[in-house]
This record gives sequence, C-alpha cells and structure tokens, in this order.
Amino acid sequence: MKITTKLWIGLSVLIALSPLGLLIPEHFKAGAAWGEWGMDEIKKLVGYVPKGLEKLAPLWNAPIPDYAFKGWEGKGLSHLSFAYIISAVAGIAVIVSAALLIGKLLAKKGK
Amino acid sequence: MHIPDGYLGPAACGFFYAAMLPIWTAAARIVKKTLKARQVPLLAIGAAFSFVIMMFNVPIPGGSTGHAVGGVLAAILLGPWAACIAITVALVVQALLFGDGGITAIGANCFNMAFVLPFVGYYIYKALSHNAPVGSKRRVLAAGVAGYIGLNVAALLAGVEFGLQPLLHHTADGQALYSPYGLNIAVPAMAGEHLLIFGWIEAIVTALVIKFLQKQAPELLKEGRG
Repeated sequence: MKITTKLWIGLSVLIALSPLGLLIPEHFKAGAAWGEWGMDEIKKLVGYVPKGLEKLAPLWNAPIPDYAFKGWEGKGLSHLSFAYIISAVAGIAVIVSAALLIGKLLAKKGK
Repeated sequence: MHIPDGYLGPAACGFFYAAMLPIWTAAARIVKKTLKARQVPLLAIGAAFSFVIMMFNVPIPGGSTGHAVGGVLAAILLGPWAACIAITVALVVQALLFGDGGITAIGANCFNMAFVLPFVGYYIYKALSHNAPVGSKRRVLAAGVAGYIGLNVAALLAGVEFGLQPLLHHTADGQALYSPYGLNIAVPAMAGEHLLIFGWIEAIVTALVIKFLQKQAPELLKEGRG
C-alpha cells in the first residue's frame, strides 16, 4: 500500500474519533479556550463587555458555527457529535481541494 | 489559540495582515521552486491533518480547553514554507466555515500558527536531528521537542497579542475596548496551559507520526527540504 493511502486512512480514523474532542472536555466540565469566550462569559469574567469587542465579535456569520449546525442548540451530545463529524468531513473536503489546487498551481512538473 | 473577532484592536489586526502578506508571497515563491508534483498530495494531507488535530480539544478539568496544531509535523515533512501554506489553508477554512478564529484575526492567527510555529519547529528539528540516521531514536525525540517548543512559542505570542490590547485601546475610565486582560494575566495563562498540557500533545503527536514514518516511509524523512 502506498504511504499516502495509509495516511488518508489515518485521517479517516481521526475524523471518526473527532467527537472525543467535544465529549472529553464536556465530561470534565471544561469551558472555552482561553481568550475565546462568548459575550456572556466575558461579562461574568470581567464584569463588563468591552465596547469594541461587542461591536466586532458578530462580524462574521459562519455557516457551521463552532462545528455545530444552526438550529441544533440544545440538542444532545449524540447530535452534536454527528455534526462534529460532518464538520470534519466538510472542512477536510474544502481544505484538501484548496491545497491540491494551490499545490498544482505551484509545484514543478515531472519528478 | 484561535483569536476570535473583537479580541484584537484594529492596530494588531492590520499589523499582522501586513506582516503576513510578504510572508505568504515569499512562501508561494519559494514553494514554487521547491515543491515537487508528487509532494502535492502530502501538502493536502498536511493541511487536513492540521485541521482535524485542532478539533481534538483537550480539557483542563473545570477550566479551559486547548489543542495541538499538527503544524510542526508538516514543517518536518514539507519544509517550513510549504507548511506555512498548508496551515494557512486550514486556518482560513476554520475562520470562514466554522467561525473558529476571527476574520479580522486571520493575519495574527496565521502569524502565530502558520508562520512562527512551523519555522521554530522546523529549525529545532533540523538542529537536533543533524546527522542522525533516518531511522534513529534521536529523530523521534527531535520531532517531539520541536513540536513542544513550536506550539509553546506560538502560544506565548498569542498571549502577548492578547495582553497588549488593554494597553493599546481603553476608554478614559480604564475599561478595555478589546481583549480585557493585560500582559500580567494573558501571558502566564496562555504560556502556562501550553507548557503544562497542550505542548505535550503536539510533542507526542509529532513524535509518533515521525516514528510511524521511519518504519513505513523513511524516504519522506530524507527529502522535502524547503
């Protein structure tokens, strides 16, 4: 088997296991990454929401915010895990296409 | 360490976009000279690996979470410039599709994770594995140390970027306009959690994959200079 085939298989295993990155922090009641708090959290932490932050934070409306589907707020962990895997697949599809395109444009022909 | 929109003021956002422009241009120019057509799939795998490894959030019980970046591995296999392109692709998709990292902070996030991280990791790996045989334990160890230090330098930088905001932008009565914590809190928090926990994940992941490649594809460890 070619090494790239083995590495693609490795990536697929990582995609299948990716919900661990959601479930384990949940289990240990860990919150957001440092410096990546939402508005409510920051208000709790420092007592106010910085004005510039409040204005800039909603700047971008991501189609799959935080690797979860819109309208699935409050759904259980199994739903969130499913959305997480779909996000991983979708993200990797876009990233691989973009990287292959950039690589094709840049790489030398031949060996 | 994906800085969201609103945490960096306009000065830092503009500064890091301006800093990244010549870096991206140089990366394209250099990769054009060095990347071989058969390395292109590896570039895509490197970008995809970095993306998925960042989804594995690791908790500090009752506290925050963090993750590895997988970028030092790409740097070892493809060289730092190609790694810069691969990680940039992953970070841009994270920001656009998933809102993971801000649009205004793409410059800063790329500077930390797609530029400083692979370059620091690459040169540490090169220095420590100098003259070591391809199959040697020293290469595995070098990869681990490079991963640990690469991620930690990037996290330290992110801490400094967070910590400078209240100095740069605040209201007359002292309220921060953007990220609210100064250097005295942001730097120990970012550096500390990466030194204690997340750096080790990057170290282990990098070392394990290099060990796997020593057995499965040692030719990948001989080439791919950039």
